Amino acid sequence: MTMGRAGTIARRSFVVGSVALLGGVAFGYYQYKRPPKNPLLDGLGEDEAALTPYVLINADGITLTTPRADMGQGSYSVQAALIAEELDVALDQIRVDPGPPSKAYYNTALANEAVPFPSTDQSTAANAMRGTVDAVMKFMGLQLTGGSTTVPDGYEKLRMAGAVARETLKHAAAEQTGLAVTQLKTDHGAVVLPDGQRIPYQALAATAARIDPVTNVTLRPSTQWRLIGKPMQRVDMVAKSTGTQAYGIDHRMDGMVHAAIRLNPRKGGDVVSFDASAAEAMRGVQQVIEVTGGIGVIADNTWRAFQAADAIEVEWGPAPYPAAQSEHWQVLSDTLDAAAPDATPRDDGDMDAVDASIEAEYRAPYVAHAPLEPLNATVLVGEGRVDVWTGNQIPRMTQASVADMTGISARDVHVHILMMGGSFGHRLEDEVVKRATELAMALPGTPVKLTYKREEDTAQDYTRPIALMRGRGAVDGGKVTAMEIRVASPSILDSQMGERQGMNLPGPDSAITQALWDQPYAIPHYRVVGYRPPKLGPVSSWRSVGASQNAFFHENFLNALIHEAGADPVEERLRLMTDAPSRKVLEAVAEMSDWGGSLDRNTARGVAFSLSFGTPVAEVVQIRQTEAGIALDKVWVAAEVGRVVDPINFENLVQGGVIWGLGHAINSQITYADGMAEQQSFFDFEGLRNYQTPEIFVRGLENRDRVTGIGEPPVPPAAPALAEALFQSTGERPTEMPFANTFTFV
Amino acid sequence: MLQLTVNGIVHQVDVEDDMPLLWVLRDEIGLNGPKYGCGVAACGACTVHVGGVAVRSCQTLVSDVDGPVMTIEGLGTPDEMHAVQAAWLEHQVAQCGYCQGGQMMQAADLLTQNPDPTDADIDEAMSGNLCRCGTYPRIRAAVKSAARSMRGA
Repeated sequence: MTMGRAGTIARRSFVVGSVALLGGVAFGYYQYKRPPKNPLLDGLGEDEAALTPYVLINADGITLTTPRADMGQGSYSVQAALIAEELDVALDQIRVDPGPPSKAYYNTALANEAVPFPSTDQSTAANAMRGTVDAVMKFMGLQLTGGSTTVPDGYEKLRMAGAVARETLKHAAAEQTGLAVTQLKTDHGAVVLPDGQRIPYQALAATAARIDPVTNVTLRPSTQWRLIGKPMQRVDMVAKSTGTQAYGIDHRMDGMVHAAIRLNPRKGGDVVSFDASAAEAMRGVQQVIEVTGGIGVIADNTWRAFQAADAIEVEWGPAPYPAAQSEHWQVLSDTLDAAAPDATPRDDGDMDAVDASIEAEYRAPYVAHAPLEPLNATVLVGEGRVDVWTGNQIPRMTQASVADMTGISARDVHVHILMMGGSFGHRLEDEVVKRATELAMALPGTPVKLTYKREEDTAQDYTRPIALMRGRGAVDGGKVTAMEIRVASPSILDSQMGERQGMNLPGPDSAITQALWDQPYAIPHYRVVGYRPPKLGPVSSWRSVGASQNAFFHENFLNALIHEAGADPVEERLRLMTDAPSRKVLEAVAEMSDWGGSLDRNTARGVAFSLSFGTPVAEVVQIRQTEAGIALDKVWVAAEVGRVVDPINFENLVQGGVIWGLGHAINSQITYADGMAEQQSFFDFEGLRNYQTPEIFVRGLENRDRVTGIGEPPVPPAAPALAEALFQSTGERPTEMPFANTFTFV
Repeated sequence: MLQLTVNGIVHQVDVEDDMPLLWVLRDEIGLNGPKYGCGVAACGACTVHVGGVAVRSCQTLVSDVDGPVMTIEGLGTPDEMHAVQAAWLEHQVAQCGYCQGGQMMQAADLLTQNPDPTDADIDEAMSGNLCRCGTYPRIRAAVKSAARSMRGA
């Protein structure tokens, strides 16, 4: 299997090289692909031929560049492991650095989900279009962490970078010793000579920087792997187990001031007037500065800044969207009643000819991201240069935003990406950096650290969109024969990429029908229609994006139809499934959970499946009726990713994804009143607590060559599997999240 | 001037009586271990020990501090880990890790009071500490490991 992949790589062209840097050497690897007929790529700048440093060896040691940001999912560690596998270094011998914003770090895997072919379609036509979209993303230099792409993006690229560096170091050793390269081996950060003598990589750096890099490398077969697939200790684990990991919020500099902010809680609304006289008189307060949509306070201590910001009296302008939650739902309902579709990405059989009399209407609420570390950014506006320290997933967009605001060339805007205390999509936005930049522009030469109060973070969250689904279906002879899903949901693409990043992309918004149209079921009459309502409040990508609500719609309705048919939800899905790896996922979870076995009294189960971000995941949720309410008892999960790179982190991410999916499905929503979110903090928006958490059993499957990610795909099946368990337990099928609106949980 | 002993070091701080301990530790003394998550004792990221007992430092006024303060940095260090920290490392509990300092301080307090906690004891003691990444299964396992290790020591 792995040799096959290596063969594919060898047929591509690579430009690889090395450059001398600060007495050391940096190894680059750049996948070079310029289809002569693609005019978009003719204008490649000279900087794009520049080498991409992934491996830096100098007097300080070995540094691996890990350009996909770490929000907590362990991306630094997994990227380092992929490089280290071929470089022959141990993870405790290296440092990781996210690197600067650079086009060269564009994400090669985002294209996989941006084409009108389901991920299960690996035909020539589908892959040709993925290649074309990939070329566009390369041209745009979309250096973005998201879409569960870190491993698929780096799986070959980072191992190649490690292999090029290793072979070049061996050539450097051959030149220094006069031995033949074939006599040399590498091990644990050193080239090993036939007599056992070891030359550390650092002692070879100067020579390696002088010679031509070795480009003719082949990736090792999986049988020779030391790291991939085996338990390893994440590179950040010692720091995170001892309270010594620094996050963006911990950034400190000499002369730094602390800032707080009050923004119009009617997101995007104006400041009509304000009175800061009380705030200005408070201890430690240095300055009050009006910014876009709000007021910032500069103080000598974060708490003093918070207190002063709260003391400002403000009259806020109206919300640029409907003030009441009921109006938001009405817009969606009207859209489904009367608007033209945004897209009909699936229309199998002849839905119009079917008497599809089983109907359903389901809802998914707005939800906030609420990572535990509130939004923050430190900005220093200097002479002809700006420095930004923050945790985010879009460093190049942030660089461009700051350049626009300050008039300083993007080349001189230095974005330093710091470790994030969670994100879940929150840090795919950079409004906090824009506001911190406005404050820092008022204090040139002074580093300004802006920290959002929790309540501010919640109030300003650009939420997951609400979604309204109407379904029709039919069953016959114990089988599901027809299913139509029509869903209306505000466009993330318009809000996030269009309004805030100025990237107005044509065509339908694929997130509206994500994980609806591309599910591997052969239902004879099967239609999916997406509707894009008029703009409402600001919305953004939330862990698993459209799949997070659409899997609830799709699988809850499919379970309802299967129940009407009198079929078993696992058996009927297996009968309908067209994709072999997906079927194996479902079979695995049935086997793990002893599906069909006898259950204790008061116990009930539900199953759901979702294919998102190319990863099929099936989950069985078991609940128990107790005197205190419904308790989550056990969950079984199977997921197909092609290759489990780090089994410990894999299990942790899957368990976390299930907890995320269940917790928000049960108790989390953002609702608007008077244009403002009604929820404030972790007492009214929390997800699961420890005592509510079920036992979660995880299995990663490797039945497929193609490697896909695991950060998001465990989320979507959790809510519909729980919904089915609730139906089995109570006879009542949930039609809207959060379920705690209708059911009593422990 | 208020006098505070933090991780064995005496500090004189010139702050308002009603400044929460969290912000004295972070912005006046310069310790990053206690984290700001909510400011209203709803998440536990700021948990430290005062006089050997776990408290939410975001809701503890500095003038009410009546004993020595210990933060996660004082519990143990990368070179000399406390049994709880060693268990957290062994189980690779963290994802983003932002809540884990508070989780470990809460767990250390639990194990001081109750060397052999049941699952229900762990749930009760640890449920005020929110983890948005959902590392709870590993937190439970690590608390049990730490308990075994501390009883054996």
